[in-house]
Amino acid sequence: MKKLLPVFGMVLLLVAVIFAAGCVGTGDDSGNQTATPTTSVPTATPDQLKIATTTSLYDTGLLDSVQDYYLDTYNVDLLITSQGTGKAIQSAKNGDVDVLLVHAPAQEAEFMDSGYGVNHRGVAYNYFVIVGPESDPAGIKNMTPEEGLTTLKNLGEAGDESIIFVSRGDNSGTHSAEKAIWAAAGLNYTAEVSGNPGSWYVETGSGMGDTLTVAGQKQAYTLTDEATFLTYKKNNNLQLVPIIDEGETLLNRYTIITINPEKFPNTNVVAATDFTNWLISADGQKFIGDYGKEVYGKSLFSPMVTLADSTLPPFNIDSTTAVTVPTVATA
Amino acid sequence: MDDIINGVTEAIHLIITMDPEVMEIAQRSLTVSSEATLIAALIAIPLGAAIYYFTFRGKRVVIGTIQTLYALPTVLVGLLVYLLVSNSGPLGGLRFLYTTNAMVLAQVLLVIPIIAGLTIAGLSSLDKEMKYTIQSLNANAVQAIITLCREAKFAILSGVMLAFGRAIAEVGAVMMVGGNIRHFTRTLTTAISLNTSMGEFATSIALGIILLSIALIVNFAMNIIQNWHSGGQKDV
Repeated sequence: MKKLLPVFGMVLLLVAVIFAAGCVGTGDDSGNQTATPTTSVPTATPDQLKIATTTSLYDTGLLDSVQDYYLDTYNVDLLITSQGTGKAIQSAKNGDVDVLLVHAPAQEAEFMDSGYGVNHRGVAYNYFVIVGPESDPAGIKNMTPEEGLTTLKNLGEAGDESIIFVSRGDNSGTHSAEKAIWAAAGLNYTAEVSGNPGSWYVETGSGMGDTLTVAGQKQAYTLTDEATFLTYKKNNNLQLVPIIDEGETLLNRYTIITINPEKFPNTNVVAATDFTNWLISADGQKFIGDYGKEVYGKSLFSPMVTLADSTLPPFNIDSTTAVTVPTVATA
Repeated sequence: MDDIINGVTEAIHLIITMDPEVMEIAQRSLTVSSEATLIAALIAIPLGAAIYYFTFRGKRVVIGTIQTLYALPTVLVGLLVYLLVSNSGPLGGLRFLYTTNAMVLAQVLLVIPIIAGLTIAGLSSLDKEMKYTIQSLNANAVQAIITLCREAKFAILSGVMLAFGRAIAEVGAVMMVGGNIRHFTRTLTTAISLNTSMGEFATSIALGIILLSIALIVNFAMNIIQNWHSGGQKDV
């Protein structure tokens, strides 16, 4: 019997740990709310809205601020998962989230055309930048994005070992933008760039932050969204500077899409509609426009409302018409 | 170098001030992994004991498979659980994806082979005579298995602790099925991954130190218990 005591002790310890931590809950709707220590929610249990988004939007910290503000103001807890555009869109197609917040126009269009989404609205924009070492070994400053990338490719293929371009290579929104620039430069991405790269073209297959680290360590060029670059450069000793930051192909447009309730009736469409309307409201647009001003000296995202008309190219997105709760045709 | 020094400084600061977000994340890691280990133990110890006790065809293959599954790739488990619990998957009705339940499920699958395998190994290291003696005393299978497990309890406990260590240090599967949602499914490992990709190396190091401390405490506790046990035996 004596020998059993230690076993008992360990089991008790384990159980104690679980009970002590019990307030964290295990995912049931009632328990997990107490896990939000920084907010003082008045009475009712907050509603939950599940959002899938991209790493480059999440990593700036904007969405954490939005989450806190939205919970305090509207008592809705935004459950935000950021795993890259490819997986975010797949989660949405599986009906695992309620809304999608992304920046990949081609993939968004395909998503909408296949009937997965409704209430597509533009919420913010900024620009991609091609960053690189301050010495700019390829001399691409003041070129257009297309000329710049083509020059990198030509020099790299000619055997100039100081020229390296680091690509996300992960089907993210940023990677899609890179492919769009290669296409605009008249190159077949699959055959001429990614398929036959040579040592000058490096694909990391990981998020924006990790890719910036790799580019910084290698003293290489890379394409990044401005917001992640500013956030990351501030937090780190990143030895990269913006080289090319102008050009229509560098536009980075963020949009929100509600998952079509016809496909998945058990998603939270009401909260999704409210959140979309808040984002495009004066209050939401001001929140986005103000984010980062104090810390970075400039806002990381420009609200869509600052444009005269977002429905014109290159934006091509409605950002002002309020959305209504989509109705499900009952068979 | 600065990153490391800043990280350690920030870690000490976060721990001393009991930073609420860090404490919440650490607590969630502990809860999820403890639950997973407990559930896995309840399944895997009887399973392992039964495999050890009974003779059947293909027993070696079963044991070999279990031992191979010690190295079960975590992202594979993540993918499997993701496909199972996704809204469009077979268990989609549970709405488990992006909750801690899915994370527990993934960790349970991940550590069952470890606990089962080490239970078998622990029982196999007992003197063979013991099994026959117990059988000759007319014990039924359940009684015999319980008695044998008692004899091998420290070996089995080591397996459970090892499983806990693997569960709490795991990142791939919980990231995939938990979604790393703030205040909801974020754990120490996924928070480290996120902060690293945001360039917040100091916070990552701080969280890493906390994770390492938990692993060390668990292992020291196990060592103390085992030493205490072997010390006690000498007296007998």
